[in-house]
Amino acid sequence: MALPDTVSVPRRGPSDARSAAWLMGPAYLWLIITVLLPLAAMFYFSFLSDVPIAGRNWYTTFSNYEAFFQQEFYRTLMWRSLRLGAEVALWCFVIGFPCAYVLAKTIKGRWREALFLLVIIPFWSNALIRIFSWTMVLRGNGILERFLAWLIPGFGSLDLMFTYPAVVIGLVHSYLPYMILTCYISLQTIDDSLVDAARSLGASRLTVLRKVILPLAMPGIVAGAVLIFVPVIGSFMEPRILGGREGTFLGTVIEDQFTAVFNWPLGAALSFLLLACVLIIFAVFQPILRRAS
Amino acid sequence: MITPSYRLLTVTGALMLGATFAHADTLRVLNWQGYGTDERWAIEQFEQATGHRVVHEYFNSEQEMLTKLRTNPGAYDVIVINAAYTQQAAEEGLIQPIDLADIPNAESLDAELAGHPHLSLDGEVYGAAWVWGVTSFAINTQAISEPPNSLQVLWDPQYAGRIGWRDDAVESVQFAALLTGQDINAPDDFDEIRERLYALKPQIRTFWGSENEWNQYMASGEFDMATYWSGSAARSGGHFGLPIEFVTPREGAIAWLDGLSMQTDAPHPEAAREFIDWMIAPDFYTYWDGEVGAPISANVEAVAALPDGAFNKALMEDLEQVERLPFMGPIEETMRRQMLEVWQETKTYFQE
Repeated sequence: MALPDTVSVPRRGPSDARSAAWLMGPAYLWLIITVLLPLAAMFYFSFLSDVPIAGRNWYTTFSNYEAFFQQEFYRTLMWRSLRLGAEVALWCFVIGFPCAYVLAKTIKGRWREALFLLVIIPFWSNALIRIFSWTMVLRGNGILERFLAWLIPGFGSLDLMFTYPAVVIGLVHSYLPYMILTCYISLQTIDDSLVDAARSLGASRLTVLRKVILPLAMPGIVAGAVLIFVPVIGSFMEPRILGGREGTFLGTVIEDQFTAVFNWPLGAALSFLLLACVLIIFAVFQPILRRAS
Repeated sequence: MITPSYRLLTVTGALMLGATFAHADTLRVLNWQGYGTDERWAIEQFEQATGHRVVHEYFNSEQEMLTKLRTNPGAYDVIVINAAYTQQAAEEGLIQPIDLADIPNAESLDAELAGHPHLSLDGEVYGAAWVWGVTSFAINTQAISEPPNSLQVLWDPQYAGRIGWRDDAVESVQFAALLTGQDINAPDDFDEIRERLYALKPQIRTFWGSENEWNQYMASGEFDMATYWSGSAARSGGHFGLPIEFVTPREGAIAWLDGLSMQTDAPHPEAAREFIDWMIAPDFYTYWDGEVGAPISANVEAVAALPDGAFNKALMEDLEQVERLPFMGPIEETMRRQMLEVWQETKTYFQE
């Protein structure tokens, strides 16, 4: 996805710099005001003993971060959240990549537009509505079970509702379009003659996929996986509704700190620990990520 | 010279103006959704009688309510506050003292509830006792024919995977404290409580968060029994016609009291007092309980006005039989955090 290093940069005079500042200024000002400032405030909150409002005593402390390392359950939940993110990203790849391949390489013209629309349309509906629709599908004697019972008479109960798989199903559905779109873009740029060349040199279809298509599509796959992994590890709405008793993750605990117990400092500290964890993961995988893209 | 009749006309005119315009305030009420004050008929009657408009805002937890009070000073006139939080709100300066003498219907409030220590701070009353009830559980009468009489049944393996539980740290700890005979507002043996809560793992089908959610889960047959509030049970059973029965366990139940308070610098204090008076009145209560289903009124005359056999009359008789009826009270901040920690630990244990 990165620009090639060889893009030549035209010489810029001072007037160019000024116009660049004028053009970029509003966007960066907007980002500073709407993203960086609140984030900085939250970062500050994470070092306080209590929410800094009138009538409350507060002082700066590391105790919110210490709590994470003292209480084992926070780490258990962190691990669960990371696992959920990885699993959802994996399933999105397994389901989304073939779909993107067919869209990019096999189908042409109006059909492609129509099929694209089918991928995008669920994206336009509210996430909450999508998740509640899933509750109707997954619940005991719901749409899915009735369909399976009709297909295979005597089919027992799946009992998917309020389980970990239910959370994965809901999240995969929510984030699948990211994977399809990013993979589609990188697959489309692959020159068909490369595939033809490989085939003419005797490569099997599987070898072509492994040696030609997958490496060239890697930037899209990585971008899709990152776009999915990061929001999923902090998700709280889908686990709450679909996961039931098995739907406790770090995201739901952070939400509890903000909404249920008014402990913003701890919630903020947990959020930044999650962010730190994501950054560490990306740093560790940096060589792979760079090579991939 | 002004003739007497002309003067009379002006005075009357001024009074009428006063009644219809000068005091026509827009009252902002903060409450749980669907909890009495926002009943359409009640608002219409109140608006007709007083000329004030009533606008509602809602919260989903007491902490959210407190957050709203903190972040929107001078925005609300009337707030429904659980008595366990009234002192905290008063200490933080979020709500103002109320003189019950200004509220005519307060005269017939149950003396014990009106003067409940949880509703006052430093000798001043900060909340007018409104309604009270208990937290216990309700059974699905289609799944269970013989109503149980003990809290223990929630832990009975017979109902594994069939229990609905409210995802609330304080309430969960209080149930365990009640069962193990501890002080529900400051339990001392957290190991015992943790053990009890851990034992719920095979039992719980899912967590519920709001009355609406509870009704949906019950209606779709997800629960055989679920923890619940008595006032909500009256609504779900009566108004929504769900096949449920509220259980008063012999060990007792968690009692709670809701008061009506006014925010500090409430924009329309006069109208707020009128609204509180309206809410305490027997007329409102009997209609609310009859048509929708309500908790028990703190107003003695209002309860007396209920027809015989009413849910709340029967409940009051049942509650006289139980071993303990501890009221939810203010909880120390450190205690609250400990309760939350135990509950989060429990929920993490549920994942394994």
